Amino acid sequence: MSEGETKSIAELVLEQQRESEALRQREQKRLALREQLARLFDPFVPALLGVLGFIIFLSIWEAIHRSIEQIPSPAFTFAAALKLFADPFYSNGPNDQGIGWNILSSLRRVGLGFGLAAAVGIPIGFLIGRFRLFHAMTSPIISLLRPVSPLAWLPIGLLLFKAANPAAIWCIFICSIWPMVINTAVGVSKIPQDYINIARVLNLSEWKVFTKILFPATLPYMLTGVRLSIGTAWLVIVAAEMLTGGVGIGFWLWDEWNNLKVENIIIAIFVIGIVGLLLEYCMIAVAKRFSYE
Amino acid sequence: MNSSALERYLLVEEVQQTFKTKKGPFVALEDINLSVKQGEFITLIGHSGCGKSTLLNLIAGLTLPTEGRLICAGREIAGPGPNRAVVFQNHSLLPWLSCFENVYLGVERVFAATENKVQLKERTEEVMALVGLTASQHKMPHEVSGGMKQRVGIARALAMEPQVLLLDEPFGALDALTRANLQDELIKIMASKNSTAVMVTHDVDEAVLLSDRIVMMTNGPAARIGEILSVELERPRDRVALAHNTQYLDYRTAVIDFLYRKQGHPAPAKA
Repeated sequence: MSEGETKSIAELVLEQQRESEALRQREQKRLALREQLARLFDPFVPALLGVLGFIIFLSIWEAIHRSIEQIPSPAFTFAAALKLFADPFYSNGPNDQGIGWNILSSLRRVGLGFGLAAAVGIPIGFLIGRFRLFHAMTSPIISLLRPVSPLAWLPIGLLLFKAANPAAIWCIFICSIWPMVINTAVGVSKIPQDYINIARVLNLSEWKVFTKILFPATLPYMLTGVRLSIGTAWLVIVAAEMLTGGVGIGFWLWDEWNNLKVENIIIAIFVIGIVGLLLEYCMIAVAKRFSYE
Repeated sequence: MNSSALERYLLVEEVQQTFKTKKGPFVALEDINLSVKQGEFITLIGHSGCGKSTLLNLIAGLTLPTEGRLICAGREIAGPGPNRAVVFQNHSLLPWLSCFENVYLGVERVFAATENKVQLKERTEEVMALVGLTASQHKMPHEVSGGMKQRVGIARALAMEPQVLLLDEPFGALDALTRANLQDELIKIMASKNSTAVMVTHDVDEAVLLSDRIVMMTNGPAARIGEILSVELERPRDRVALAHNTQYLDYRTAVIDFLYRKQGHPAPAKA
């Protein structure tokens, strides 16, 4: 081996070292930059961005108001909302009640329809998940009926109950039942074989199997079904009330359209959104309470 | 029970196990004969897919044999029951019950007919102490380590005072140190309880250290019992002392020889 070659090898090694040093420095810089960015995105930043988004939303709204006269401005709508919420629980006969009463009667319908759906849907879900025979029998019907808009059931409700209010509850019942049946059934069928084996080795009674294994193992799935149901029910109630009338946020919205009070329609949209959000949060809180991981 | 009944406490007679698959019947076990004495510790060892867990499930009664019969304490095994408690590989604790409640579930099932609640609780606490879990017995399973979960699994099985304790690779999912620790404790517990046990493992050292006899199984499909090795090491056994014991090393070599020379080329796994 000549001297020149050894030297060139030494040079090569040096060059490599320099290169890796440069690489290391670049990497350090990159990490430092990333850290700076992370500091920038502190927890309060998303909140600020949310506010920024809301401001942009309001300015677009304002811009629309400037070009389309019938759409009220955000400021005007806000003033109207203040007035409306100053006295939410007045009552001047069935067609003129405070917004609070309207919201409460809608919630009452949702609660009733949803509660009945839970009482019927969850046991059916258990049966479907537990017994393959029952699953095979019911799955074609459920697949067929599930995609149908609950409002399509409204005439049947009117026919059966001969009144608007129970018919609206009937719609809520129909739309809430599917997510609960399906999610409960999935939950029961997804119970790990290990848990079933424990039940078998311990030779637990049917009641113990249900209370100690089936029910707790299925609960998270059930609560997912409940959450989906509540969401859909709140969507459907507005539409159902528009059709059936009476006291309720959906009917109120439609009534304000007839009165051409567009600001109240916008208020109703926000109110519906906020109530829906609150319902969702309640359900998430309940689900968290019962999660065991 | 007379002495011959104690000699033949757990019997596996001419057992064959066939599973129906889409590709036709699959023979998992064939011509299995085994007799376990009361108080004996048996391990089933073999390559994965050799049907050792299948055999354990048969003894547990979780599956029934296609042919032949299994007898435990003079009665044919017709299904699972708390007299053959199982320690599962992945501990299988119910995550919504605390460690204590998981054990209590088994205790309640077996002794509720004869004992009151205070006694049942005492019993549970006793067995929790036996596996060294008194301090954290009221924690939820997800709050304790993998080793502790497996202790709870063992406690649950022991608490039922089973005629036969079945262990399905109970330490397979644990790290080496925790595993050694639990093996040592299992040795002590088994010595104090003098119970009969059948354990599935693929760990040679574990098999030699714990067993009275090692049942070595041939590769599946249609796995059989290849050889049975009696481990005549004195008890109590100490892993550190045994590390240089020639007798221990001979047993170890015998098992390794069976597994890697005689059964060295496991049949390709069938999907």
